[in-house]
Amino acid sequence: MIAHLVFVILALVSIAIFSWKLSSIVKQIKLGRPTNRTDRVGDRIKTMLLVAFGQKKMFNRPIPAILHFIFYVAFIITQIELIEVFIDGFTGSHRFFYHAGLGSFYTFVISSIEVLSVLTFIATLIFFARRNLIKIPRFTSSDLNGWARNDANLILLFELLLIIFIFMMNSADEADKIMHSNVGYGFAVSQYLGPLFFGQITNMELLHIFSSIGWWGHLVMVFVFLNYLPYSKHLHILFAFPNTYFSNLNAKGKFNNMESVEAEVKLMLDPSADPYAAAPAAEAPQRFGAKDVQDLSWKQLLDAYSCTECGRCTSACPANQTGKLLSPRKIMMDTRDRLSEIGANNFELNDGKSLLGDYITPEELWACTSCNACVQECPVNIDPLSIIVDLRRYLVMEESKVPTELTGMLTNIENNGAPWQFSPADRMKWTEEN
Amino acid sequence: MNLKVPTMAEMMAAGETPDVLFWVGCAGSFDDRAKKITKAIAKILTHCKVKFAVLGTEESCTGDPARRAGNEFTFQMQAQMNIQVLNGYEVKRIVTGCPHCFNTLKNEYPELGGSYEVLHHTQLIQDLINTGKLSLIDGGTFKGKKITFHDPCYLGRANDVYQAPRDLIESLDGELVEMKRCKTNGLCCGAGGAQMFKEAEKGNKEINIERTEDVLESEADIVATGCPFCNTMMTDGVKNFNKEAEIQVLDVAELIAQAADL
Repeated sequence: MIAHLVFVILALVSIAIFSWKLSSIVKQIKLGRPTNRTDRVGDRIKTMLLVAFGQKKMFNRPIPAILHFIFYVAFIITQIELIEVFIDGFTGSHRFFYHAGLGSFYTFVISSIEVLSVLTFIATLIFFARRNLIKIPRFTSSDLNGWARNDANLILLFELLLIIFIFMMNSADEADKIMHSNVGYGFAVSQYLGPLFFGQITNMELLHIFSSIGWWGHLVMVFVFLNYLPYSKHLHILFAFPNTYFSNLNAKGKFNNMESVEAEVKLMLDPSADPYAAAPAAEAPQRFGAKDVQDLSWKQLLDAYSCTECGRCTSACPANQTGKLLSPRKIMMDTRDRLSEIGANNFELNDGKSLLGDYITPEELWACTSCNACVQECPVNIDPLSIIVDLRRYLVMEESKVPTELTGMLTNIENNGAPWQFSPADRMKWTEEN
Repeated sequence: MNLKVPTMAEMMAAGETPDVLFWVGCAGSFDDRAKKITKAIAKILTHCKVKFAVLGTEESCTGDPARRAGNEFTFQMQAQMNIQVLNGYEVKRIVTGCPHCFNTLKNEYPELGGSYEVLHHTQLIQDLINTGKLSLIDGGTFKGKKITFHDPCYLGRANDVYQAPRDLIESLDGELVEMKRCKTNGLCCGAGGAQMFKEAEKGNKEINIERTEDVLESEADIVATGCPFCNTMMTDGVKNFNKEAEIQVLDVAELIAQAADL
């Protein structure tokens, strides 16, 4: 009865804390400027199915893709077992579905979960090795120094604990059932693990205790993981779906239009415009480009929270590969860090800090070739390039901080319609030359 | 040889309308190397009796490098003035010699009031071959030559055009070889995003050198590109390795013009 109560309190408290934290994140994302990502519903659903559910872009790198796919399938199928854990917790039963008379189907489902769990266990160890032993470059580069590296390892540790606890429960139950009726449940893996680890135990009470430790351990880890998500790159398991749904569906080469500038230039070029006309009703003038997170669009902020720091973007970035300071992954991590800082700071926007300057430096921004390799690579359709461009826009249009050579290029375009100093009158000269 | 290339103004005065406007681009108009690509394209169009014209002195930068550099004002000025000119001539179809012009005209002008059918020159040339208007002479120009294609970012990833230039190379009597990084994984030459007009930021290598290493690894005799800026970067890269005697950097249009003996 006490266990029952403890379970209910634990479940309610952890779900409540998670919801509260999630709502803060949603509120942070809503700080972003508007952008229309609700058109073309069919294409959006298709993109989400292919990229998030089907993990299409992961398969450009087959080894991590297969390992990750095991995690993904195991995670989804395990939810069935989690439902049972919850029903057992709320009703005080044990193995509710088994006793509901599902018979061999129950054994089949639990067996599938067990096989996937063993594979996930192995995959987790391989992931550990890739990060800490083989030291794959995109997991060892300096942009992950500090919390990011611990975060990644902690997630893997949580995975291992989740799996160990559930096998502890299943194996103890197997041993218990064999002791009672000579025949176990016949779960694919724990029918062997049960006799192996618990076969010597003849005390039924002790077996129940082991089973309980497994059940509680797994459950507590689920709650820990759930509340860890909002602070971790692991949030992608939830955000990958909306993030791909709200993907940019335009050609990657198309930069977003700045309507305010368009309108202003239109007025300038319009011979019939009245230069003395009253300015349109005073809205608070928006910054050109982005200095801080609230100048970005909500989709760019959603991108930041969806990033799982896999580093495919950075490893494909030509600037990064040639030793420049730019790392598209760092752009996303900085955006998230700055945004959650504002969230943690009671949404105080005027704290004297900003994304540009305190997190991201102009040198990083000016290293970008706008080649779209980072955008192409991202398995959940994050667009680091658009953030780089918006920050550049702020530097150039608000602060006139343009690299000197680019000032020359821009002046040439304005003066003679070409990035170099050539006269427009010479545009046809190529026809006369050999 | 003087090429007779009519301008839109001349055509208009003669009461004619071209089927396609050839948008030459700034590099194609002023850069000595790129002018050769422009001529190759013009020769192909002339040879195939495509009714085309250029804007000539009325052409102006699309604004691409200004927008990528973060100066939306300069971009909007250029775009809106160009759209006035293009719409004034009632242009319907444009072929460009540069993927940057191609991308800007195709993707960024429509929402400013300039909607046209925009083709990259490799797409138009492919169409000319497919419809039998252009036939290549099997003269063994590229016999035994390995040709690799360097995907310009603004043609490939930005606009998903990967096949047209490759189909053209495959129509030659040489052999198309791929670099280890190609198509969606293609590595930038280092010129995009207005980098062409500035020194690279501090690093340990130039991007075009990194890319030229891919070329050397592919053992290609010819690097084909479809972009005047990529052409410059790859030419510099090849020179850096003192390989200019062994490896040629050519635009796909130049390869086709050679194969058609123009």
